[in-house]
Amino acid sequence: MRLFDLRLIIAFLFGVYGVVLTVTGFAFTSTEDVDKAAGVNINLWAGLGMVVLSVAFAAWALLRPLAVPTDAGERD
Amino acid sequence: MSVLAEADLRLDAGPLDYALLVIYFVVVLGIGVMARRSVSSSLDFLLSGRSLPAWVTGLAFISANLGALELMGMTANGAQYGMATVHYYWIGAIPAMVFLGLVMMPFYYGSGVRSVPEFMLRRFGKPAHLVNAISFAVAQVLIAGINLFALAVIINALLGWPLPLSIVIAAVVVLAYTTLGGLSAAIYNEVLQFFVIVAALAPLTIVGLIKVGGWQGLVAKVTDQEQLSAWPATGLTGITDATLSVIGLVFGLGFVLSFGYWTTNFAEVQRAMSAKSMSAARRTPIIGSYPKALIPAIIIIPGIIAAVIIPELAALKAGDTSSGVKYNDVLPLLMRDLLPNGILGIAITGLLASFMAGVAANVSSFNTVFTYDLWQDYVKKDRPDEYYLRIGRLATVGACVLAIGTAFIAASLGGSNIMDYIQALFSFFNAPLFATFIVGMFWKRMTPTAGWIGLLAGTFTAMFIYLISEPSFGIQWLELPGQGASFLGAGLAFLVDVVVSVAVSLVTTPKPDSELVGLVYSLTPKKDRTHSATGEDAGWYRSPALLGGGVLVLTTVLYIVFG
Repeated sequence: MRLFDLRLIIAFLFGVYGVVLTVTGFAFTSTEDVDKAAGVNINLWAGLGMVVLSVAFAAWALLRPLAVPTDAGERD
Repeated sequence: MSVLAEADLRLDAGPLDYALLVIYFVVVLGIGVMARRSVSSSLDFLLSGRSLPAWVTGLAFISANLGALELMGMTANGAQYGMATVHYYWIGAIPAMVFLGLVMMPFYYGSGVRSVPEFMLRRFGKPAHLVNAISFAVAQVLIAGINLFALAVIINALLGWPLPLSIVIAAVVVLAYTTLGGLSAAIYNEVLQFFVIVAALAPLTIVGLIKVGGWQGLVAKVTDQEQLSAWPATGLTGITDATLSVIGLVFGLGFVLSFGYWTTNFAEVQRAMSAKSMSAARRTPIIGSYPKALIPAIIIIPGIIAAVIIPELAALKAGDTSSGVKYNDVLPLLMRDLLPNGILGIAITGLLASFMAGVAANVSSFNTVFTYDLWQDYVKKDRPDEYYLRIGRLATVGACVLAIGTAFIAASLGGSNIMDYIQALFSFFNAPLFATFIVGMFWKRMTPTAGWIGLLAGTFTAMFIYLISEPSFGIQWLELPGQGASFLGAGLAFLVDVVVSVAVSLVTTPKPDSELVGLVYSLTPKKDRTHSATGEDAGWYRSPALLGGGVLVLTTVLYIVFG
């Protein structure tokens, strides 16, 4: 059975989202955008949060890689 | 919900927002393609080969429930009733989820059944099985259609695509990934959806809170201060007497409806059955209960905030309906007023993801029950497994086509009273089912005849209450607000089911004890009810009892602090 690791997919999606939002927040956010979000550069902060989430999942997947199951579980 | 289209909810989505949405759909379909490689038997397709780790099934358990009606309905309740909405999460879910993991899962997982109806077959025989399998399949197709309709309404309101096109596109995406990868694809996507939903709602809540001046600012600005405490929730229950309101909440919502939904609804239980071991299966609902206890922070609080800072909603709350806005519109309105492009794309993605999660859960549980419980047991027995794998895929296509049909029916009804309708369906099917299960699991004397007669008696009781309390039938003997009637219907259905089951059991013949091993508490040896605690199930932090105790303590603390 071919195993694929969901943790890496989560890391990938939020890595892409995080980088896009961080760059948007850093370089392409107008004062109007910031005013709309109650004075917070929400793209920047949410982007950074997603990068952290992505790194956490990638680290978990790398530190505890999926093992091919040796037995067939507790029951058939 | 039809009013969504009339109010001005059109979001100012730009190319960046669409790009983020497209990336998500590519990943979702990619998961379907990748999951397909691990599907080689019907059990792989319909139960993920019983191979998933507990954190995956636990998050999928929550996500399967975090669909359109949940998000729209609970943010709306937050805006309308305030803090009392937390009862749906805390008393209305946590105890039942812990009970499922600790008490019921050993029988579900340990007996090796592939679905909830199959448990009925083993415990009570064919008539009860057939009643349960058919009513479940029908209910899932109806609910899938309503979820699909809600999804299409939101696509139409937010992005301006025509309603019929939105319904078909949404169905095709769900169909594509569930037909390819089966339950694994549905579950993996549910986990992904969980994180996207949180990523969409958390920034919205934070920005909203800053806008109202933090928690203190929010507390100061809520006009009806009673809405800041959860008890006695007279607004929510529609019962004016405080004591009776609390009793109604604890017994109606906290016991019958909640236990009925979380412990017997196969769309939920299926997630736990696909876990890789008994220990993981028992931990599934308990792991799911932690995010369930905490998620009101990003669902109910935005609702309360919206009622303060969105002018149309504040006007609605003061009794002015002229803007055409409804409580259901809380999330789109907040997104419109608070989120700039970029994070707006994430929020739109999160909403659509949540809505697809609901449909996918309905479809993937429907095809299992259809394939194993109806087709294999009553139509074509003893075929090779590839045959049932093919039937499973065809059932998925069939379910999506039927759901498109029921979605158009929901659309033609104008989508009024959808939440009441769903609650009524739950009181018809889940409340009596829970009664039959609980009596059957703990009382070996309960007979097969009592199984199906009790079930039918309970269902007819709930239908009768619906008939005499729903204004549109014209015989309104009972005057209760929508939710109050389904609380009462569920409670009575439960009681009638128990009484009828006991009475019928006393005059009919029970099954011999030897056929009930693993299905009834007193006849199941203790070692079959306990899980292994070695290898990947070792460690005190993986103990279901400890995790279950932990979430009950957490919920109590939350009630004390925020109740």
